Amino acid sequence: MNKLWKILLVAVALIPAVSFAKHSTEGEAHKAELTKEEHRKLNTEYVKHHTLDSHDFGLFTNEETGTHIGFPLPVILWDDGLHVFMSSAFHAEEGNEHGVAESKGNYYLIGHHDGKIYSCDEHGTILEDVSEDADGKEVVSEIKPLDLSITKNVFSTLLICLLMFFLFRSVAKSYKTGLAPTGVAKFFEPIILFIRDDIAIPNIGEKAHKKYMVYLLTVFFFIWFLNLAGMTPLGINVTGNIAVTAGLAIFTFLITNFSAKKDYWMHIFWMPGVPVPMKIMLIPIELVGMIVKPFALMIRLYANMLAGHIVLGSLIAVVVYFDSYLAKGAFVGLTFFMNIIELLVAALQAYIFTMLTALYFGSAAAEHAHEEAH
Amino acid sequence: MDKLLEQFSFGLFFWQALLFIGLLLLLRKFAWKPILGAVNEREEKISESLDLAEKTKQEMQALQTQNENLLKEARAERDSMIKDAKEIASKMVEDAKGKAKEEAEKVMVSAHESINSEKAAAISELKTQVAAFSIEIAERLVRSELSAADKQKALADKLAEDINLN
Amino acid sequence: MESVEIMAGAVKLIGAGLVVIGVGVGIGRIGGSAMDAIARQPDATNKIQTAMLIAAALIEGIGFAALFAV
Repeated sequence: MNKLWKILLVAVALIPAVSFAKHSTEGEAHKAELTKEEHRKLNTEYVKHHTLDSHDFGLFTNEETGTHIGFPLPVILWDDGLHVFMSSAFHAEEGNEHGVAESKGNYYLIGHHDGKIYSCDEHGTILEDVSEDADGKEVVSEIKPLDLSITKNVFSTLLICLLMFFLFRSVAKSYKTGLAPTGVAKFFEPIILFIRDDIAIPNIGEKAHKKYMVYLLTVFFFIWFLNLAGMTPLGINVTGNIAVTAGLAIFTFLITNFSAKKDYWMHIFWMPGVPVPMKIMLIPIELVGMIVKPFALMIRLYANMLAGHIVLGSLIAVVVYFDSYLAKGAFVGLTFFMNIIELLVAALQAYIFTMLTALYFGSAAAEHAHEEAH
Repeated sequence: MDKLLEQFSFGLFFWQALLFIGLLLLLRKFAWKPILGAVNEREEKISESLDLAEKTKQEMQALQTQNENLLKEARAERDSMIKDAKEIASKMVEDAKGKAKEEAEKVMVSAHESINSEKAAAISELKTQVAAFSIEIAERLVRSELSAADKQKALADKLAEDINLN
Repeated sequence: MESVEIMAGAVKLIGAGLVVIGVGVGIGRIGGSAMDAIARQPDATNKIQTAMLIAAALIEGIGFAALFAV
């Protein structure tokens, strides 16, 4: 069993290196024609592109023929009415050189620099909105419809949610036959118990931890699984997206404040044990702290995962960039090493997010713990 | 900071929040509650079994001590019985010995008495005979003494002298 | 005008670099102290590790804030 895990670990760590190595051979044909500057720009684009969300699920790109292999995802827009169409409509082809999609008389295209959807006319010119700012200056802004598309990240999240649901339902079912864990529960039970015994109970308390367990467990596995999904060569970067981490942080913020007991509010508005002027001084500080805590949660997860993707992407781009096989080999080794570190970071960030969430819940649920509730 | 806001996608935020809430509710009902329930149940069962084992152990110990006590009592009883028997036996022997002694003493005493009476009888007979002999001897002595005159006189003097001296 | 902008950019980057150095020193110190503490009290390893990770995560947050300010 132990050996199997080791092999699996190595295999998972190797996958990205292998898949990007493929990428490098395809780039070979272009290399001779590109100057260093252009090459650098291409690599930057490439790394950036892999960290961004997109409207179709690209699996593979053949650079020689310029064909993308993948599948389109539904685009849902709100622009004075609901517009639903598949993202394949954006593909530039014969008779639609600019990649303009038409829906109910409106035209849309995907901005090249950020992958977002803009309103445009039938010739592919982005519509602009001219308004005046506070100083009376004219501000030109490009018009973006409200985009509720099922993007690559939404789709990946959906897949992970389904995976989690079936996985943990099977874990729960395995307890029906007997109380000893069997099958997949053998792997997940220690983790669930770890979250309960080492994260929830020490931070929240023996009595109050029960009602928070559902959120803590869900958030831990949600982040961990999405982090791991980000390590597959599919180029999913869900937890490295600010919108996702903001969503999670907002949940933590709401649950903390809505479940907070008297003690929590007392520590914010009338800190016990300090003189009255200090109490008044501490109110704004504590109020800011209330917001900063979930904000830090959001930034931490986002930045860690994004940084991981950028570092890995850059290392792989370096592998492509070098001509010497010695250097290529060295950087493949470094990429392998970084992959293992990222594997650790995937679990560590999920742990830290859960841990700090539990800490905040603990301060909200504390009733008479004046010394600990800071 | 501007970059962050620029990257923020409301659509992704919306869908992610929706999916997460859905996942939270589904997992609560279908996964976490049964799992944590089963784990708790098992933990309770384990602690109960441990308690039971501890209890059984204590009971066993109590039983053992009881057995030991019984054994001890039995042993003590046996010991006391043996002791009693020994005492009775030794008493009997003692009694027998005492009786024998008494008997022997009685026999001795009676023997002594008969010996003494025999002795007394013998002595008294001896005395009478000795007396008879001495009288006879004295008679013969006196006859020879008193046969001469001078001897009579000397005797009378001597007797007188004895009387004077007295 | 343009040189001022370049200067401003450069100053920003230098500042971010300084913050990253500070964060590095801070996390290094936390890690080192945690090692010392574990060596002294191997029984408390779990508690020390948890505290270390939380402290490191908090400092790391500051580092990221600096990076995003650039």
